[in-house]
Amino acid sequence: MSGLLPHLPALIVVTPLLGGVLAPLCGKGPTKAWALATAVTWVTFALTCWLAVSVYDQGTAQYFVGTWGVGSAPGPLGAKDWTGIVGIELRVDRLNALVLCLVAGMTAVITPYARLSVAKEIPHDRLHFFYAVWLLCLTGLLGITVTGDAFNLYVLIEISSLTTYILVALGKSRDKRALTAAIRYLFMGTVGASFLLLGIGYLFMCTGTLNMAEMATRVAELRDQRGIHTAFAFVLAGLSLKMALFPVHQWLPKAYAYSPTAVSAFLASTATKVAIYGAFRFLFTVFGTEFSFGVLDANSLLIACSCIAILYGSLVAIRQSDLKRLLAYSSVAQVGYMVLGMALANREALTGTLVHMVNHALVKGAMFLAVGCMIYRLGSAKVSDLNGLGKRMPLTTVCLIVGCLGLVGVPLTGGFVSKWYLVQGALRAGLWPVAVVLLVGSLLAVLYAMRIVEPLVFGKAPEGEEVREAPPSMLLPTAALLVGSLVLGVSGSLKTGLIWTATGDLLGVGQ
Amino acid sequence: MSQPPPQEHRPGFDDADNVVLTKLAALLIPFILIYGFYVQVHGDFGPGGGFQAGVILASAYILYALVHGVRRAQRLLPRKITDVTAPLGVVIYAGVGVVTLLQGGHLLDYDVLDPQHTQHAQEWGMFLVEAGVGLTVASVMATIFNEIAEQ
Repeated sequence: MSGLLPHLPALIVVTPLLGGVLAPLCGKGPTKAWALATAVTWVTFALTCWLAVSVYDQGTAQYFVGTWGVGSAPGPLGAKDWTGIVGIELRVDRLNALVLCLVAGMTAVITPYARLSVAKEIPHDRLHFFYAVWLLCLTGLLGITVTGDAFNLYVLIEISSLTTYILVALGKSRDKRALTAAIRYLFMGTVGASFLLLGIGYLFMCTGTLNMAEMATRVAELRDQRGIHTAFAFVLAGLSLKMALFPVHQWLPKAYAYSPTAVSAFLASTATKVAIYGAFRFLFTVFGTEFSFGVLDANSLLIACSCIAILYGSLVAIRQSDLKRLLAYSSVAQVGYMVLGMALANREALTGTLVHMVNHALVKGAMFLAVGCMIYRLGSAKVSDLNGLGKRMPLTTVCLIVGCLGLVGVPLTGGFVSKWYLVQGALRAGLWPVAVVLLVGSLLAVLYAMRIVEPLVFGKAPEGEEVREAPPSMLLPTAALLVGSLVLGVSGSLKTGLIWTATGDLLGVGQ
Repeated sequence: MSQPPPQEHRPGFDDADNVVLTKLAALLIPFILIYGFYVQVHGDFGPGGGFQAGVILASAYILYALVHGVRRAQRLLPRKITDVTAPLGVVIYAGVGVVTLLQGGHLLDYDVLDPQHTQHAQEWGMFLVEAGVGLTVASVMATIFNEIAEQ
């Protein structure tokens, strides 16, 4: 078994890839492809956990695909040292080990849930393709996180985006508007990916390498070149589109609202997080903290955008009548929190961002899953459907309420810890208006959370048909995510252990 | 599957019998296929490879479908087959990677396929991987064409 250890970075991408292409060969029907997908996601999760443990014990793991780039192997043009220049390098440090665990873990929890939910929202003869695309999307997301090669990162972003468009469009049998949502996302996503590709192209032109670690050392010498500045602008614009930062967030609400609910949960808890990881990688590793925030002053732009995102997202969320749209606009605001922490670029704020990333994945995933339970029993999820749901579906109600508390950031939930760190970071950066925005954002979150909680608890159930509680195979994953969020809020080891050291690595300071 | 009810003749979809077109296609298709296979196996020496070859091979199918009608083309190459061959190509690609892992090398490190003759092993690895790419690309091109033609 220990022979597998050095190959883990490759295996966590190959496993879901093989699963994804084997799923359509399983044949039609709701069960076989789902069973395969569940098994594959859990194996992948186990592998990422194993990798994360070894990375935290022994430091960064490197892997050269096809041994291209290993110093001793002669290149095709004679015995030159090709280390990390020609081949694709997979590189896992503490930061992406954390993101890998998050992405694989969320998928592993959501896939068992997907069986009933997806079977109800997608035509049955498409189900085996659904799980194929689901696993391929996971492949793309894990690949983005694991790779140390800039062009490889672009290719994998395209893989995850193309599969995401399909997943969103599959919501059409529940709501035809899923098709326009998917097309809108396709247009915006393609523009974003093109910007990113242009940026990587400029970087390659200036530095002559695609390996990110190699790029970082050369960018440091070339920081006055126009090409590098242009590359920075393109990369930042492309990644902002992918993570749905305020002015370019328009694809997100519709894509989340009309896709199948399991897909909404999956995207909300993984896709934007991976894009934010990509921004971390480029801003902090490739361009370097000093260049991104010192020479080019990207932080004032990012802080402005994210503050508007927090206020705008929360305000619009309050006015929504559809639960999935409400949660989607809340996601726009939460992306603002995460980018804000990144732009403040001190250790407290970065820790806040990473804790918020984990917490938001857990809570928003759980909220979408709970809404999926409602859709499974009621057929829709409007705010008016919440009336008296407390008596009819008590367990779903508990999940929704705990989720709301997590979104607001009540003490004992992970949201409290992350916002605490973010406020500390803002104060340490000397930007007290930003701290005020953070607190106002939380107050607005209370308002939209109240729109969910109030009818749940005090609303009167409409007369008529009996509604049963959602099945346990859907409730258990929902509850598991919420328990995860509570553990994050109470236990100190995750934030002081994994995340604190990861942010230390990013900023290049000691433990 | 039950037979769909008879509909009016759909030009381009049902069987067509234009003598000039069918004879021309009969002349062209063998050459297209041979050229496709040439590009496929030539990939590890020069310009070419699975992507280009897959598209060329699929263009033979598409030409046949345009001339003889989509229905007859689908009798020749049923969608059931392309639905299997499309993922199968990726399985071949990833399978080569897994085999190199099992032989003790890195992912897609072809040298371990034949450690005594590494150049030979590189050729084999590349050939197999490109075969997988070609299979997938050709199947997906045919699927996209069928998908549009059936609308």
